[in-house]
Amino acid sequence: MTLIDLANPTRFLALSARVLPWLAAATVILLTIGLYQSAYAPDDYQQGATVKIMFIHVPNAWLSMFVWGVMSIASLGTLVWRHPLADVAAKAAAPIGAAFTFLALLTGSLWGRPMWGTYWEWDARLTSVLILFLMYLGLMALWRAVDDPSRAARAAAVLTLVGAINLPIIKFSVDWWNTLHQPASVMRMGGSTLDKSFLIPLLVMAVAFTLLFVTLHVAAMRNEILRRRVRSLQMMQASRIAFSSEVGAGSREENASKEVGAA
Amino acid sequence: MTALSALIRRDVRIALRVGGGALIGVLFFLTVVVLMPFAVGPDLALLSRLGPAILWLGALLASLLTLDRLFMADHEDGSLDLITMSRTPLELACAAKALAHWLAAGLPLIVATPVLGLLLNLDMVATGAVALTLLAGTPALTFTGMIGAALAVTLHRGGLLMAVLVLPLSIPVLIFGVAASQAVIVGPLSFGAPFSILCALSLVSLVIGPFAAAASLRHGLD
Amino acid sequence: MTMSLGPYASFIMTSYAAAAIVVAILIGWIVLDYRSQTRRLRDLERSGITRRSGRSAMDTSRTIT
Repeated sequence: MTLIDLANPTRFLALSARVLPWLAAATVILLTIGLYQSAYAPDDYQQGATVKIMFIHVPNAWLSMFVWGVMSIASLGTLVWRHPLADVAAKAAAPIGAAFTFLALLTGSLWGRPMWGTYWEWDARLTSVLILFLMYLGLMALWRAVDDPSRAARAAAVLTLVGAINLPIIKFSVDWWNTLHQPASVMRMGGSTLDKSFLIPLLVMAVAFTLLFVTLHVAAMRNEILRRRVRSLQMMQASRIAFSSEVGAGSREENASKEVGAA
Repeated sequence: MTALSALIRRDVRIALRVGGGALIGVLFFLTVVVLMPFAVGPDLALLSRLGPAILWLGALLASLLTLDRLFMADHEDGSLDLITMSRTPLELACAAKALAHWLAAGLPLIVATPVLGLLLNLDMVATGAVALTLLAGTPALTFTGMIGAALAVTLHRGGLLMAVLVLPLSIPVLIFGVAASQAVIVGPLSFGAPFSILCALSLVSLVIGPFAAAASLRHGLD
Repeated sequence: MTMSLGPYASFIMTSYAAAAIVVAILIGWIVLDYRSQTRRLRDLERSGITRRSGRSAMDTSRTIT
């Protein structure tokens, strides 16, 4: 079983039907463990119980970037290898990525409210995530704007790759802009200084959310393959109807001319 | 080389003649800047503080709106097919077209900046700084916007969708352009650091833009 | 469950609830989408439109070789 074998959509459907229940089960188990652990994680001495929001915010923020990475690899697949499943993978990932990015924004704002006193602060991290969210929405708009899926796929692939190159630049400039305007950042969260009692639940939750994404992504890819089959069958149906009505019209005209000739 | 210079000369001539539309960009720029005092009030102190930001936003929107038809007109009359089929690499042809567009539509914006700076109560030094940052930054806007223009022509869809796709990519240029001009006017910061990053962004977009535009044209036109 | 969430309990609960709702919406959308696509495929096949390969469009039982 190699990647080439997966290129056949029918094989992908068969394989994913087998894998999907296991993926879903693993996601549920890990999420349960993660939620249990984060519920019983101790309070932070500075932030109190609000640190619990971190267990849900950080995995979503991680996924917001991870999904763009998945879409970039799929875009390479579209443009370079013309892999038939790459378009499907890229298209299916966009709404899921946008949903996780939205969650990262929402939980970040809820986490910041007790510390900043406002729901929205032009904090460097949150601002970058907001721009990423806008880019996800733009990409989804592009997918929706064009009805021919393969044409939309190539355009979206170019845009995804340009976005992937630009994202670090945007991140850097927003960080720079932020230090220019407000030197003291309230949100301190270094990965290495994190205590073990926080780190383990956080890691479990991150893995669980990644598995959740993989599960949803595989399921959405299956839907997308089916949607394309519906589309091609509908086009066959439409052409058949057009053909038969054409033939019918032609024969009727012949009859009419015969009738005229007879008269 | 002669093919590229011919392409540049042709594009500039088309943009500047009647119906070309390059100078409408300047008119749009002027209108946006004139609108601003009606929104924020005629307070000259406030306007001079916001001046660089207003000028940069105006230039950003103006260059975006004129870019919409960078490839569209060529696609309609079929010369885009000739360009993609010619022996000149498509990347270079795209870069030449963007350069021509910048000469015809970007440079007039910079020429108009001193007049608009007057309206916004900017002094000589500040106006010069804004004009200089625009000179360094507008190529980046043109070359990233070109990706949007190439997508627009392959999707037969322009306007708002392209603006939504391209504007987030131009945030870094906006940040460093405004920061460099503010550094001259008020900032404790030195002009050099943001300005050199702005130049770097222009150079990066000079590389990425033509490649991405050529890729989307090559994969999109069939 | 006796868990003290401090003065900001509502924020914590809201963020967990929002995550649950968004994930539930995603799952619901995917399940409904799957149902509607399979139903449309079945309707099309019943009306005599078949794929060029002659196989059923929903045939996923083909053995992996």
